[in-house]
Amino acid sequence: MSEEHYLELCENPVQFEHASSVNNVFFDEANKQVFAVRSGGATGVVVKGPDDKSSVAFRMDDKGEVKCIKFSIGNKILAVQRTSKSVVFPDKRSLKLLKSQSINVNWYQYCPETAVILLSTTVQGNILQPFAFRSGTMSKMSKFEIELPVVPKPAKLSLSERDIAMATIYGQLHVMYLKHHSRTANSTSAEVVLYHLPREGACKKSHVLKLNTTGKFALNIVDNLVVVHHQSSQTSLIFDIKLKEPDCAVNTHQPVLPARSIHPYRIPLSGPAVVPSQPPVPCQLYSSSWSVFQPDIIISASEGYLWYLQVKLPPTVNLLQDKGKLMDFLLRRRDCKMVILSVCSQSTRGVLPVVATVFDKLNQVYKEYLEAEQSYTVAMESGPSRGSAAQKRPVRTQAVIDQSDMYTHVLSSFTERKGVSHKFIIAVLMEYIRSLNQFQITVQHYLYELVIKTLVQHNLFYMLHQFLQYHVLSDSKPLACLLLSLESTYPPAHQLSLDMLKVSLARCSSQITVPSLETRCCSTRCSGRSSRETSG
Amino acid sequence: MASGMQEKQYTPSLLSFFIYNPTFGPREGEEEKKILFYHPSEVEKNEKIRNVGLCEAIVQFTRTFCPTKPAKSLHTQKNRQFFFEPEDNFWIVMKPNKDGKPPTIEYQEEEILDTVYGAVVRQCYSMYKLFNGTFGRAMEAGGVELLTQKLEKFFYRYLQTLHLQSCDLLDVFGGISFFPLDKMTYLKIQSFVNKVEESLSLIKYTAFLYNDQLIWSGLEQDDMRILYKYLTTSLFPRHSEPELAGRDSPLRPEVAGNLLHYGRFLTGPTNLKDPEAKFRFPKIFVSTGDGYEELHLIVYKLTREFCEQLDGLVGPQLTLLASDICEQFTINRRISGPEKEPQFKFIYFNHMNLAEKSTIHMRKTASVCLTSVHPDLMKILGDINCDFARVDEDEEIIVKAMTDYWVVGKKSDQRELYVILNQKNANLIEVNEEVKRLCATQDCFTTLKTVTSVFNRRLFFS
Repeated sequence: MSEEHYLELCENPVQFEHASSVNNVFFDEANKQVFAVRSGGATGVVVKGPDDKSSVAFRMDDKGEVKCIKFSIGNKILAVQRTSKSVVFPDKRSLKLLKSQSINVNWYQYCPETAVILLSTTVQGNILQPFAFRSGTMSKMSKFEIELPVVPKPAKLSLSERDIAMATIYGQLHVMYLKHHSRTANSTSAEVVLYHLPREGACKKSHVLKLNTTGKFALNIVDNLVVVHHQSSQTSLIFDIKLKEPDCAVNTHQPVLPARSIHPYRIPLSGPAVVPSQPPVPCQLYSSSWSVFQPDIIISASEGYLWYLQVKLPPTVNLLQDKGKLMDFLLRRRDCKMVILSVCSQSTRGVLPVVATVFDKLNQVYKEYLEAEQSYTVAMESGPSRGSAAQKRPVRTQAVIDQSDMYTHVLSSFTERKGVSHKFIIAVLMEYIRSLNQFQITVQHYLYELVIKTLVQHNLFYMLHQFLQYHVLSDSKPLACLLLSLESTYPPAHQLSLDMLKVSLARCSSQITVPSLETRCCSTRCSGRSSRETSG
Repeated sequence: MASGMQEKQYTPSLLSFFIYNPTFGPREGEEEKKILFYHPSEVEKNEKIRNVGLCEAIVQFTRTFCPTKPAKSLHTQKNRQFFFEPEDNFWIVMKPNKDGKPPTIEYQEEEILDTVYGAVVRQCYSMYKLFNGTFGRAMEAGGVELLTQKLEKFFYRYLQTLHLQSCDLLDVFGGISFFPLDKMTYLKIQSFVNKVEESLSLIKYTAFLYNDQLIWSGLEQDDMRILYKYLTTSLFPRHSEPELAGRDSPLRPEVAGNLLHYGRFLTGPTNLKDPEAKFRFPKIFVSTGDGYEELHLIVYKLTREFCEQLDGLVGPQLTLLASDICEQFTINRRISGPEKEPQFKFIYFNHMNLAEKSTIHMRKTASVCLTSVHPDLMKILGDINCDFARVDEDEEIIVKAMTDYWVVGKKSDQRELYVILNQKNANLIEVNEEVKRLCATQDCFTTLKTVTSVFNRRLFFS
């Protein structure tokens, strides 16, 4: 069912000539560029990257098989490796040795985003030594050990570079280890072990992701989720390391959702031989010719496509029954706003405890944002502080759902829905108000207006009195005006309105002519006296 | 005479109480058919007919002068009678027993008692209606026979609980005492009540009380006020722990440590665990948009243990809620300090939401009324209330009563406030200041208008 695919390949992949006997394809992870080298470069090298508006094409002399080819940033310098020990720069340039380090290395991995290189050392290969590159320097980080499931005797290389990947998750660098067999006797399924690699300090094992199956896997990171592709079942799993599992040991994670395949992808046919009406050909997913690169890149060399992997949030809504967990999951995703609002709307068709949970989850995030804004404002107002770095304005992510969002997208249409008992409408509104109050967020007057209008519509005046009496509907001038306007429906509203005005005026000590309000026909004139024209 | 801090003696307070409908026996010789209920029942038949006939005649006679407003009371040299027509052609008449005093000629005193007794008669009907529905309903269901049966069954018991000497201004108001609560706890209670009503679809309305005070009513005002009276003067006192019956502090925390471990039904089953035990919930009638609906009244006293059990059903905040309410109660007690004399003696009533507050009444049940002021002062309050009822405008009345007391009554919009000050040598200005100070301490008074016009201020010296 297409409704259930929560991962998809991006719409506009980078296309390049597929690998063949005459065409070799290389991928530079740092700049995310694909090099299609024909005949060793003699008949042309085409370079394409996702950010490039058009491809770069050039020729170079065929001086033998190309092992590796890359551009520098901005495509300024080209480097080509043809032998195992030398790199050629076609343009003449000078090179300076900055630093050298002598270590026995089995293999290495480089993470361009963080400029960290990971070296596999020792015979078994499971002692990893990272180095960080920063402003022209190379600094050694603390080395750490990857726990192997089985200790081989005699010792031999037991950790392959295919089983290690580096990625930034929630702003922190992690080393991911694909462990095929768990050491525990009762489980033979694979798991992904995450090691947190901080800038300073020791690297520690931080999370274990249970895969509950065996086979060949590939890893991606999308929107701070760990995506594990399983080739034999042609499905993928996602893990959110910030979701706490109540039933598991600390930092052990189960997949957030049931395994589903990536959304089927159709390749539009192109080329001179193609008839325009021919339907696009379905692309083979999880094929053995697929290569996966960090964080979110999938390349099919045989078909000539480079895709970014993306998360589709709407299908997750029906796949997660625990709405509290669903909210926790959604509130951490990038493009979550409309999906979250749809979850809120959907919850209003359910039961109150779930509604309460959903509101509490989103108001927690809303409150955190308000507090960050508040402390930023205070810091700015108090002027440039002594020596500390300028505070950055807190970014409002899509996960911040404020009262106007709720009102516009959820509550106002909810109150008008047919077939809902008015008791339930009031209950949901009060639940939202309760949640806002619980997080000490000032409730906007238009929410109180919604409550009052619903109460009046159903003649629930005794409830209105009780809410006003306990100051559940906070006193404010707009609310007082609303009460005044209800006078024709409910005469005591006139008095309630005057009471509220007195209280809210006592607070802000402004002048208003109360007698003008007491004349019944003047309710619209409370905004002030008209200005007098001066003549001459 | 000492102030009324002790219980009043039980003396029969009613001379007679009867209900009749003249249309049931319009012809000569059929007079007995008009009588639906008569207390005391041992009175001779002819005397009953005579008394009813007299009332009928008076009502008919007075109707010629004012067709829309029938007679409310009849004062004779020896007695007073009070009339009330709750439904078309059904009349309730009450004749209270004079409390041994010689008949007074003072106009004021009699007028006060009129409003009080008038309210009592109305309350009798409301209480009957609460448990039995209207007279008309009984007629429809089983004719005169059923109606007389129901009236007999209800009033025979109810009249025994009437103590007219204890009735005062508060009976005129028929108000409800609300428990002051902070907004957050109130909202949590709302949330809890809504969740309970949602998950148990049998429940139609819920009212949430703490001790004798109301926090939330899902019932309309008229229904709630009579139900509240029933709960606070009849049901709750019946179920208070015997160990605590003698304490002079009438307000005690419901969730006390060792005395109340278990939640229990105050109506219905006394022992949930006994499968054989039969139980019935009392039926009550509440008004809906176009009539009445019959519901069962379930009163459950929440305690900490029950809260914990309910947590699983409606969400884990109930136990905390119970603690929050207790905490608020303790805070309220600290502020108001009910152990000693309250700082200000006052009665407040808001007609709009029926909220009443009294620091004069300590405990009010059907049989006991403890007030900390002289009954004569209460009569003055009643008199001021009558004055207020006569005019629509806002008023302030100040009375110098006896040697030491000043009584101030303020009426603003739909609110009434009565303050009793024991300040022998104070003058008018000082009294005014004192009342202002009181108003500043109580939230509900901030919106009482200060009447500045001298013309509206009246002084009485008695």
